[in-house]
Amino acid sequence: MKLKKTFIATAFTLLACGTALADITIGVSLPLTGPASGLGIPVNNQMKLWPSTIGGEKVRLIILDDATDPTNGTKNAKRFVTDDKVDIIIGSVATPVAIPIADVAAESKTVQLSLSPIQLPPGKDGWTFRMPQSNAVMSHAMMGLMKKQGVKTVGFLGYTDAYGEGWLKDFTAEAEKNGIKVIATERFARSDTSVTGQVLKLVAANPDAMLIVASGSGAAMPHMAVVERGYKGKIYQTHAAATRDLMRVGGKAVEGAYVVSGPAVIAEQLPDSHPSKKAAIDFVQKFEKAYGPGSRNQFAGHGYDAELVLEKIVPMALKKAKPGTPEFRAALRDAMETMGRSVVAHGVVNWTKDDHWGYTPETGVMLKVVNGDWKVE
Amino acid sequence: MDFSIASILLLDGVTNGAIYALLGLATVLVFTVTRVIFIPQGEFVAYGALTLAILQTGKIPGTVWLLLILAAIAAAMDGVGAWRRHHNALATLKSALKTLVIPVVVAGLTAWAAPLQMPLLLQALLSVCIVTAFGPLVYRVAYQSLADASPLVLLIVSVGVHFAMTGLGLLFFGAEGFRNPSFWDLRMSLGALTLSGQAIIIMLTSVALIVLLWLFFERSLYGKALRATAVNRLGARLMGISSQSAGQLTFAMAALIGALSGLLIGPTTTIFYDSGFLIGLKGFVAAVAAGLASYPGALLGALFVGLVEAFASFWASAFKEVIVFTLILPVLLWRSLQGGHSDEEH
Repeated sequence: MKLKKTFIATAFTLLACGTALADITIGVSLPLTGPASGLGIPVNNQMKLWPSTIGGEKVRLIILDDATDPTNGTKNAKRFVTDDKVDIIIGSVATPVAIPIADVAAESKTVQLSLSPIQLPPGKDGWTFRMPQSNAVMSHAMMGLMKKQGVKTVGFLGYTDAYGEGWLKDFTAEAEKNGIKVIATERFARSDTSVTGQVLKLVAANPDAMLIVASGSGAAMPHMAVVERGYKGKIYQTHAAATRDLMRVGGKAVEGAYVVSGPAVIAEQLPDSHPSKKAAIDFVQKFEKAYGPGSRNQFAGHGYDAELVLEKIVPMALKKAKPGTPEFRAALRDAMETMGRSVVAHGVVNWTKDDHWGYTPETGVMLKVVNGDWKVE
Repeated sequence: MDFSIASILLLDGVTNGAIYALLGLATVLVFTVTRVIFIPQGEFVAYGALTLAILQTGKIPGTVWLLLILAAIAAAMDGVGAWRRHHNALATLKSALKTLVIPVVVAGLTAWAAPLQMPLLLQALLSVCIVTAFGPLVYRVAYQSLADASPLVLLIVSVGVHFAMTGLGLLFFGAEGFRNPSFWDLRMSLGALTLSGQAIIIMLTSVALIVLLWLFFERSLYGKALRATAVNRLGARLMGISSQSAGQLTFAMAALIGALSGLLIGPTTTIFYDSGFLIGLKGFVAAVAAGLASYPGALLGALFVGLVEAFASFWASAFKEVIVFTLILPVLLWRSLQGGHSDEEH
């Protein structure tokens, strides 16, 4: 009888331990279908390479498709916090989807590691940290090259969504500081088959340089339209366009394009003094071993960096609380804010209590398309 | 805005409008004969363009597998139907084989031709064959057994077919877009205007196809049979016209038009697996402007949509789509004031 009781007690203790040790749960919402699936699929591929434990704890990854739809993203995030009781939410990689997820994260006091540079009203990003470089950081890198090239006026051609608007706002602010003017602003949608009207207006304004804000292979069509209209100035592209699809679709027309990018994409070309070189090479080697040469891109890099960040913050938070509790979620946030200067494949991040953007201004690298390949400018 | 800008926009609008016109015509055609509001019309456009893009890389496009699977399902449905009617193994087999033969031949041809990297025109022809073969199969699998249902039910099925085709498109072609090589690398300068060979091809093909359709409906027996089905299904059936083959023929034509539109638009823009929907929707707006009944009306509507789109993108690029789709409201208002009830017509 006594033996039986001991047995049951032990079983219960073991069970209790089992749940207590259980697993850090991470909810990931990515666009695996829909217009931004070209961004979400590489991140998903990278996450398949994640280790099964982080900081000595087993990791349970729940990856859901948000179909590039803000409603679906919100639904996923709500499921994460109510049903799965996740410790951290990662995603989305599509800007318009990541914004409503931030609301759910703030309401439920769960850390959101956004994979897109989302802009939130002041005070609303208490639980949201961004993994990609902010548009301001990237604009900073662009400004450096633009000033060197003597660019004084810029024409803007961007998506009619949160990504385009975010860039316009940050780029304009950064440009004003440097005495560069945005003299014409035009929008287009990803599904558009022609941007002739917009390009006519932009070329008529005759700016020194053109900034195209679009992502993946979608960045090629506006670029080609600008070249076809006989525009002779410099054409700049943002970090969402820093994938090989730009060259595959754009071919000769995108030769000489200036693309701002995180360092991970051109790991081998980084100078040895670059802090991210080691992490970037590691990312590229692992990713291309799994998915073939040339498969690397900006977004898979963010997936890799998210893991590096977790490796650092999870042990810090484990000292304070057990996974699956509100205390652990709060501890994760404190760890994010106090983790200090950390080197990842895409640069150097340093989140603080007042700055949930992270990257230092030296992060952006300017690339030029030369003979269908990237060259550091 | 000066004259040169207006003329460039005009050319751009007419070029896009010509594509919308083809899709509008296909929408009207499908609706009049089968009462199906065929939302996935645009998917044929994306399938056509992307099938060619994959053939260009020397691989067998995933659409071929889908074609075989769909053919197998359709053959099974036909076989079961024949068994119920005749209780005869031979008749069952014959009916199933009849459905299978064209898709299997097309698939075999593709498997043989894909690695050969044939000239662009042959590959284009092959892509058209593959996508056209989808038409009758889609009708057989999704619509044929519901042929007598109300237009609303058929519309709901259309929405389902649209989502299925988009999802499969992602599976087969991947998330990133493709751009096809141009069929005619001509660039002609007329003042400020640059006329590209592709634009000429688009306009000529559209005109030729419209004339062909007109000849088909006016001069050929099949065309007249389709028209008879459109006017009165029961009467046509009493006259010995099979409404099933009429439906399959219609869908084959719709798929053919869609595939051709895809080949035409492929070299002018990047096509993604889900690009077809919005292109098809603009064709649909054109067709609605024509009350889903008149071919010349759909043509005019499409040119109008193309022009509005071009000029809206110049004047208010952020609101372009809003302007194009809001256009349908005054048209509908005008139609409803003018026509009253037209539900009984079909």
